[in-house]
Amino acid sequence: MEFLRPATWDEALAAKAEHPSALPIAGGTDVMVELNFDRRRPSALLDLNRVGELTKWESGRFEGQEGEVIRLGAAVPYARITRELSAQLPGLALAADTVGSPQIRNRGSVGGNLGAASPAGDAHPALLAAGRDVLVEAQSVRGTRLIPIDAFYVGVKRHSLEADELIRAVRIPVADGPQQFSKIGTRNAMVIAVCAFAVALHPKNGTVGTGIGSAAPTPRRAAEAEEFIAGELAERGLWQSGALIGPAATRRFGELVAAAASPIDDVRGTAAYRRHALAVMARRTLTWTWDAYTHSLRSAA
Amino acid sequence: MRVTFTANGRRVEADDVWEGESLLFVLRERLGLPGSKNACEQGECGSCTVYLDGEPVCSCLVAAGQVQGREVRTVEGLADPETGLDVVQQAFVDAGAVQCGFCTPGLVVQSHDLLRRNPRPSDNDIREALSGNLCRCTGYEMIMDAVRLAAARAGASGEVSR
Ligand SMILES: Cc1cc2nc3c(=O)[nH]c(=O)nc-3n(C[C@H](O)[C@H](O)[C@H](O)COP(=O)(O)OP(=O)(O)OC[C@H]3O[C@@H](n4cnc5c(N)ncnc54)[C@H](O)[C@@H]3O)c2cc1C
Ligand code: FES
Ligand code: FES
Repeated sequence: MEFLRPATWDEALAAKAEHPSALPIAGGTDVMVELNFDRRRPSALLDLNRVGELTKWESGRFEGQEGEVIRLGAAVPYARITRELSAQLPGLALAADTVGSPQIRNRGSVGGNLGAASPAGDAHPALLAAGRDVLVEAQSVRGTRLIPIDAFYVGVKRHSLEADELIRAVRIPVADGPQQFSKIGTRNAMVIAVCAFAVALHPKNGTVGTGIGSAAPTPRRAAEAEEFIAGELAERGLWQSGALIGPAATRRFGELVAAAASPIDDVRGTAAYRRHALAVMARRTLTWTWDAYTHSLRSAA
Repeated sequence: MRVTFTANGRRVEADDVWEGESLLFVLRERLGLPGSKNACEQGECGSCTVYLDGEPVCSCLVAAGQVQGREVRTVEGLADPETGLDVVQQAFVDAGAVQCGFCTPGLVVQSHDLLRRNPRPSDNDIREALSGNLCRCTGYEMIMDAVRLAAARAGASGEVSR
């Protein structure tokens, strides 16, 4: 095995081009488990820890995205996302705070979560909910490719990166409304989600974003639920009035979220339980975010 | 490969390191620092917790090559050769928070980090900070006592070791 230790991003891209089978390692919280247990023997490890840009984030405006955007370096650890980006990316910050344990959150990163592309990765539902214009910035010596988050996940633990590409950053629009993340597990820490759900209100364009975790071969969006609730909010003028959504529409939203999943029975839970739990989480998180939204309307008035 | 870094303030060098080897293995098997324990090798138990550039991490999940040129502080580096045990270590002894002791080094490092950042933690803060450290002996109550005791003593006499 080789250990490649690029000191700069350009060196990292050159190394990946030269050794397409080299396995990138950032926080190592997925990679090292596989190495320690002999589940994987890559020809080379490509260490990203020395590339400073990957642990920085910046905010700004970027082509193809509306409004202010956070360009989150691939290797910014979860602990810093929660500490530094709770206001701009509340859904992702909440999800980050549920990952593993403090030690895992000091190392694990969104780039690593995307690289592993596990259906149980906690960043994914929050990224999906943040909007269809969330972009994964993939780079190679050939150039930059911006992959829309919906096109990133292509199968169980499979993503759409090419062999010579690395994730430089994720571009995520700054929240324009309340966001929530909810996750089911046997305890409050160190839990791979039985299932997870994220929701984000986008009052600016009148949409609602969703993301489902651990209940399908890939992380996925509940598209019908999004359309239904956006229609409901628009037709009834609720964005303006801030009135209650009401139990019928909230329940329907939960049913559509559950229907969007295709869960399986496994050691962590049954398919039926996952569907049930998703409906409950969807109802609750929608209510929490709507309460926060109406509160902000009232305090602005 | 050769890996050079700082361990507990001392420059150390390990030779013939396998490229897929963990920092934990290097510390225990190549550098004679067996304080950090190996109980799961998958980040679940926290018994291998060390500081890497000032942040507590599971050393079983850090590739040895990743620490080249960086700073590691293990449980061995908390005590002061002059003044003896760190306040957190002494509190673990005095509160009876140690039974078999396998989990102790990781808990001590993680508690040390908690008190550095938050000198007066609530019980919830303590539980949250230690949520990635498993103990199969004590039932955790004595560990909670130890951290409360360390916080009280550190508050009275300065702070945990730097
Ligand atoms: C004890 C424990 C608990 C955990 N709990 C959770 C949890 O609650 N929720 C959760 O979602 N995950 C959890 N995980 C899994 C893991 O922590 C996350 O998936 C984390 O996001 C991985 O990030 P990393 O930087 O450590 O990735 P690494 O292990 O370094 O890499 C993971 C994968 O991504 C690739 N990769 C990394 N960076 C890049 C890049 N810049 N470009 C391209 N590919 C890249 C690697 O090659 C590898 O395939 C847990 C892991 C452990 C050990
Ligand atoms: S040995 Fe590293 S966490 Fe258990
Ligand atoms: S004292 Fe034995 S595992 Fe904690």
